[in-house]
Amino acid sequence: MSALIELSGISKSFANVRVLQDISFDVRAGEVHALVGENGAGKSTLIKIMGGVHRADAGEMRVDGEAANFTSPRAAATKGIAVVHQELLLFPDLSVAENIFMGHALRAKWGGLDWPQMRERARALLDRLQSQHIDVDARVGALSVANRQRVEIARALSQDARVLIMDEPTASLVEEDVQQLLSIVRMLREKGVGIVYVSHKLPEIFALADRVTVLRDGARVGTAAIGELDERKLVSMMVGRPIDQLFPKRDTSIGAPLLELRKLGFGGVVRDVSLTLRAGEILGIAGLIGSGRTETALTIFGITPATSGEILVDGKAVSIHSPQQARDLGIAYVPEDRGLQGLVRPQSIQENVSLTVLKTLAKGGLIDHRKEERLARESIAKFGIRARGPRQIVKQLSGGNQQKVVLAKWLATEPRILIMDEPTRGIDVGAKSEIHALMSALAARGLGILMISSELPEVLGMSDRVLVMKNGTLVAEFDRADATAEAVGAAMTLANASGEAA
Amino acid sequence: MAVAGTLNHRRSGLSRLFEAYGQEFVVLGAIVALFVIVGAVNPRFLGDNNLINIFSGNAYIAVAAIGMSLVIITGHIDVSVGSLIGVLATIAGTLAVQGYPVWVAWTVPVLVGVAINTFVGALVAYARIPSIVVTLGMLSILKGGLISVTGGTWITDMPPEFFIAQKRLFGIPAPVYFMVILTMLMAFWMHYASLGRAIYAVGGNPEAARASGLYPERVCVLAFAMHGFFAGIAALLFATQLQVIQSTVPPNLELTVITASVIGGVSILGGTGTVIGSTLAAILFACISSALVFLNVSAYWLRAVLGLLILATVLADMTRRRRHRAAGRL
Repeated sequence: MSALIELSGISKSFANVRVLQDISFDVRAGEVHALVGENGAGKSTLIKIMGGVHRADAGEMRVDGEAANFTSPRAAATKGIAVVHQELLLFPDLSVAENIFMGHALRAKWGGLDWPQMRERARALLDRLQSQHIDVDARVGALSVANRQRVEIARALSQDARVLIMDEPTASLVEEDVQQLLSIVRMLREKGVGIVYVSHKLPEIFALADRVTVLRDGARVGTAAIGELDERKLVSMMVGRPIDQLFPKRDTSIGAPLLELRKLGFGGVVRDVSLTLRAGEILGIAGLIGSGRTETALTIFGITPATSGEILVDGKAVSIHSPQQARDLGIAYVPEDRGLQGLVRPQSIQENVSLTVLKTLAKGGLIDHRKEERLARESIAKFGIRARGPRQIVKQLSGGNQQKVVLAKWLATEPRILIMDEPTRGIDVGAKSEIHALMSALAARGLGILMISSELPEVLGMSDRVLVMKNGTLVAEFDRADATAEAVGAAMTLANASGEAA
Repeated sequence: MAVAGTLNHRRSGLSRLFEAYGQEFVVLGAIVALFVIVGAVNPRFLGDNNLINIFSGNAYIAVAAIGMSLVIITGHIDVSVGSLIGVLATIAGTLAVQGYPVWVAWTVPVLVGVAINTFVGALVAYARIPSIVVTLGMLSILKGGLISVTGGTWITDMPPEFFIAQKRLFGIPAPVYFMVILTMLMAFWMHYASLGRAIYAVGGNPEAARASGLYPERVCVLAFAMHGFFAGIAALLFATQLQVIQSTVPPNLELTVITASVIGGVSILGGTGTVIGSTLAAILFACISSALVFLNVSAYWLRAVLGLLILATVLADMTRRRRHRAAGRL
């Protein structure tokens, strides 16, 4: 089968930093070619070269056998190459139809925009994507992430894309939506579209890909048919060393109850949640987005204080009305969104790590900079943060290293109860297993960890017990031994046919 | 990318200093360049009298820019500071003329400045009205109120001991001391005090600051209140430098103050910048406006030159950041 797009010997540097070196890559009609590698391996740059955002410094790109050198994303689109970006580049205040035809609007004979036809075509495109429930006149900002993604795919198809590049399409989707997306991708493949699929999630790759190309440090490690690989082999290609265990939860002795919730409630989104978290335990909370998991964490941490029920720490009833009180009770919260709640991105590692403990680092209102720097250096060493030093600005770090800074910042408060919301979202395999190892070590030291995660393998692999939330309340509890993917998955979705509103 | 290899990467202290204070160095370099060039064309530019005039006559802008920088770093803006300074200067002059003790004429305007801006800060923080809206409102209220109450008359015949800005110590006028000491104090405070750190954190990411146990609303009110204090001091320097106070608002003063902060390296998005930068930038403006006189260029060009300067420095800053970002990815 001939290649739709073929790259050979592609190299690219930014400011004298070589990010891609002599990369060859091709996509055939009707295949899913997975592109994997740790963050910083060069995947995004390669995608951007194919999508016309960057131009290669050296090497050749051929589309349908003809040399191509895209000067803009538009040029790539006219050749049938479309990118579905991870961050979904849509206009939230415009309608679905307007978004789909943005930049290539259909025109009526008199030169104006042909709205009836655009709406009709948009409808047909969405129907093809099994998305009959999306209204073409809906405001895109009001749609769920999964639906916005479909709009973006429809937008690619509206330009007759023959090569569809998908950059971590499932990074922010819940399990149910992931399955639907995978079936859409399979359907497109059957129609002969060539798909470049970038993902950190190995199960998806094994479920979907025909071939896999692994990048590491800007170089191609290899390309292989999926049948020749297993998970272990793929991971070791990605990180350049074998990883013994993906989810290294050690068995620990589970101690006394640290945190108890009794019929905790917040508005209508958290209802009658009762649970007990013990020392040394990792308690996993599974559930769909919108099931109240994050909201429960925010309520425990005092960001949205409880409107009903009780919180007990060490068996004593406490009232938590602000994050300050939670912190002083020994509770730490590693938030779901690093950028939004975790880090002050323009500040240095040192300044971020010390933010939760400014009071203890300061004397008479003045910060002891030497103590602060020592704390930062210890954190860098203890958490394996890859950085130039404590004064490096955090937004320059990779996602995994940023997450370690968030973790370091909260562990600086020496908490006994650690709430982690999506601890490894958007983090590459190597950093992920490091963070899991850290969690395991913390539990072994007697911390109680409440872990919220959308990744079922993570929940199952790391938790001593698994709780399932749905519609703001707990619906099931499993011991480690009984927690299988089927059982937990069923509890998450059962009697909840549409996980979220359109 | 090869991350591990950079772990032990050591760089000279100078390059670290430049990365952290790049914009300040750019502005300082511009001032030095200006002295060299204009001094070569017209040596009288470098005369003692002229330099003292430059520093002393514009110190109030630098002082106001300290407060403005605090507000902008916190993630807000104040477009009413010019009107506030006009009002406070008028209050100072009126009190002095009416025979109140001079310390009253000096303190009351500062306290009024703090009170007004605490109120503004509270509206921004707790009523959640965007600061540009609140301060646009204040701009009209203060400006209109001032003209209505005073009818635009000039205030004269203040007692001689009132003119604090005309006092000298070791031959150097008092405003220079105010500018230098307040800048150094605030630079120290911003760097070493936990409240100073809180201002950067809240400006950089209020939600992360809240989750870390800080109180973004209180920090916002604090920044505005301090800004009111500096506006009060600026008003005193402004009111006492000449024998008369024109009880109107100095035209475009708020823009000059905001420009000083921005050129000094304070990000309009909040979270970064220093007061040393804004003071240097205020000095730079003063030098430019004086240089235009010495180069026989119409003073009307000043605003155009300032505009160009804003664009040029911001461009330089962006380029510098981009280079660092590329290097930082290593």
